[in-house]
Amino acid sequence: MLNIVSGILAPPIAVSLDSYDSIATTTLSTTASSVTFSSIAATYTHLQIRCMPLMSASDNDYRLQFNGDTAANYSRHYLYGDGTTAASSGTANDTKILVGYNAATYTNATTSIIDILDYANTNKYKTVRSLAGADKNGGGYLFLFSGNWRNTAAVTSISLIAASGTFNQYSSFALYGIKG
Amino acid sequence: MAAGSTYTPIATSTLGSATASVTFSSISGAYTDLVIVTNFALTNNDVYAHYVQVNGDTGSNYSRLLLYGTGSAAGSAQQATVTSLYLGTWNDNMDATDRAVTTIFFNNYSNATTYKTIMSRYNVASKETGVAMGTWRNTAAITSIKLETGSTTYIAGSTFTLYGIAAA
Repeated sequence: MLNIVSGILAPPIAVSLDSYDSIATTTLSTTASSVTFSSIAATYTHLQIRCMPLMSASDNDYRLQFNGDTAANYSRHYLYGDGTTAASSGTANDTKILVGYNAATYTNATTSIIDILDYANTNKYKTVRSLAGADKNGGGYLFLFSGNWRNTAAVTSISLIAASGTFNQYSSFALYGIKG
Repeated sequence: MAAGSTYTPIATSTLGSATASVTFSSISGAYTDLVIVTNFALTNNDVYAHYVQVNGDTGSNYSRLLLYGTGSAAGSAQQATVTSLYLGTWNDNMDATDRAVTTIFFNNYSNATTYKTIMSRYNVASKETGVAMGTWRNTAAITSIKLETGSTTYIAGSTFTLYGIAAA
């Protein structure tokens, strides 16, 4: 039996219409080596970035920095699969947090969903997690990233930076705020 | 900041009887991303199954990567040039006693520039957990999504909900 659902609005759970807000969106009209969301208000509890970059360099990661901090105040881990093998890695005292990876340079966009938890809490270091990857029709990479920024300051800006090359035209980056 | 709802329930289906597939059709291009959340079990012992096809495309236009853990091992697998995206367990079957929860993300589903990238997180607590990523090699906007089992059916009471996420 085939069950077709066509636009029937009958949510099984109560959905708060005010708890998940779109804050800002950027779709590149030209290439850029980085994208920054700035002047982020402390209005929310968590932030989420949903992005689909098209990148000029293959087999290339992109990374995140907070509040313009380029010093070795970050640490990170990741678990990944390449279609054959699962492996993991970690780095302490790094200058960035990895949040995405591009395995191809053509019409295949890589994609990430990045969560930044308790971003405005001035009693905690900041924690990031990201589900990301790129499929290459017979290869590619799929990642679970996590990272930590050793600073209790509220996050007011987030930069996403291509490790090599640029983000290409049509790359999209959207920032959302989640209330709690 | 966008006014009104950003994360919107579009449609839902709670199966009244065992069903082999569920299709969300006539999906508006009004959102930026789509999310499908499923909670289900299978009628008969079979691989955990969401075979995903979009826009009725049954051609060999899909591929996917998988990263999984079984509780005793972690691994990765891939499928290239296949006729659907298989988002499910790699190592073990599940049956009516195994409850599964999956979240499937269709980011930038309505753009006409890129191939469509689909990610999922799946959890079958008694068997396996993992993440998957796939590609539909077509730049057309997604207007329908079909989730199908393998050789069995989703049991009655299984739920499938489609959400739209709007960007500013």
